[in-house]
Amino acid sequence: MARKVILCRCEDVTLADVQHAVTLGYADVEEVKRYTGFGTGPCQGKECLRGVVAAIAEAAKRAPDTLAPFTSRPPLVPTELAILAGKRTK
Amino acid sequence: MKKIPDADIAIIGAGVMGLALAHNLAEAGGKRIVVVDGHYLAWGASGRNGGGVRQQWSTEMNVRLMQESMEICAHFAKRMRINVWMRRGGYLFLAGTQAAARRLERNVAVQARCGLGTQMIAPEEARALVPELASDRFVAACYNPTDGIVFPWPFLWGYAHAAAKRGVAIHTSTPVTAIERRGGGFRITTPGGTFKAARIVCAAGAWSPEVARLVGASLPNRPQRHEILSTEPLKPFLKPMVTVSETGLYVSQSLRGELVGGVSMPDDDDGGQVRLGSRLAFTTTMARALVELMPILGHVKVVRQWAGPYDISPDGDPIVGELADVPGFHVVCGFRGHGFMMAPVVARHLAAFLRGGPRHEFLNAWSPARFATGAPPRRGGEDMFIG
Repeated sequence: MARKVILCRCEDVTLADVQHAVTLGYADVEEVKRYTGFGTGPCQGKECLRGVVAAIAEAAKRAPDTLAPFTSRPPLVPTELAILAGKRTK
Repeated sequence: MKKIPDADIAIIGAGVMGLALAHNLAEAGGKRIVVVDGHYLAWGASGRNGGGVRQQWSTEMNVRLMQESMEICAHFAKRMRINVWMRRGGYLFLAGTQAAARRLERNVAVQARCGLGTQMIAPEEARALVPELASDRFVAACYNPTDGIVFPWPFLWGYAHAAAKRGVAIHTSTPVTAIERRGGGFRITTPGGTFKAARIVCAAGAWSPEVARLVGASLPNRPQRHEILSTEPLKPFLKPMVTVSETGLYVSQSLRGELVGGVSMPDDDDGGQVRLGSRLAFTTTMARALVELMPILGHVKVVRQWAGPYDISPDGDPIVGELADVPGFHVVCGFRGHGFMMAPVVARHLAAFLRGGPRHEFLNAWSPARFATGAPPRRGGEDMFIG
């Protein structure tokens, strides 16, 4: 079942992937992000962070409020290079 | 928290250099190795770099070292049983001026002496390789097809898992807060307890001066913030890593399809401190440089950006060896943004030396003794830096 529950839809990270990362000792949100790649796609974790934190908390037997979210990275939303460059493009 | 065991060699810094060193030391067996790090794996520069692995350099020693490192990388996935997303699409260096073109030509001649197949190519040939390139941005180029890129993170897990299997104790989230010299060795204090080590290797990258200060030593390297961004994933189209000498721009397409790259920025004075904040000035500078080089990329979206520190010595060359004033305390740092690609080979030879084996020539060229008071300043030999 855990193999079929997708927590991060951008990067296809399943509940089983998160549980596996925790069994390897990666029990922190930043570590699980790196090991599974969750939260690194177009939504940058906006859709999946809560679900993944809940999964880590359960697998690592930690209270969810002891898990800090990962550092959020700019830009706030995916932004075209041409806009950032201040240029018109064809 | 698990108790930290005493060690023959304690490595401070669980980046690629420290972990590769631990793995190489443990592979030969017979030594108690401990690795400690204040953060988690991939927190530092090893988790923040662009993953380029190239053999194009301007000195024979660096070319040959990187040829050997490339060989290790090429077999890494199979040996360590982990996917490192390696793709060998080559490195394309673009020269915007005749002076830069002449420098590339000199370097290509050095590389030829080492048996590397880098070729100077005309702008049309570069555009045949990467048709998206604007034709007015460069006058010459060189290309070596056997260079490539990797995804940095799995290298750390690969080395860490292999080292741990051979008995290396890796303690992350364990910052070193004090080091006392005791007899011929050291007593190392962390929040997780104290432990003893006969020798220490500081592999803390841009944080090395902070670690060295704990034994009363001062290292001359300084951190320099470098930023990098990645775009939404695209269908594979960009074969080589592309770099531009004038702007320090570099961009490659990962196996995940994202474009990953950075650009030179004015060196902000971070006061000798490592700073990892992201700046809009980087994003806009990078976007301009990239869209000018490849106008078709204008509609591609930037998804994320982050920063990592280059670790720069006064002459640009790494600092590797024992500190004369602190017997038993070794450093391996100052790799100026290419420590990741050099770690596999540097760790191999440094491990052999620490076990009483042969002294590779880099241990002479990169000795910390060259910065001793009174020593005349020298110019580093290498000029093929990016970013």
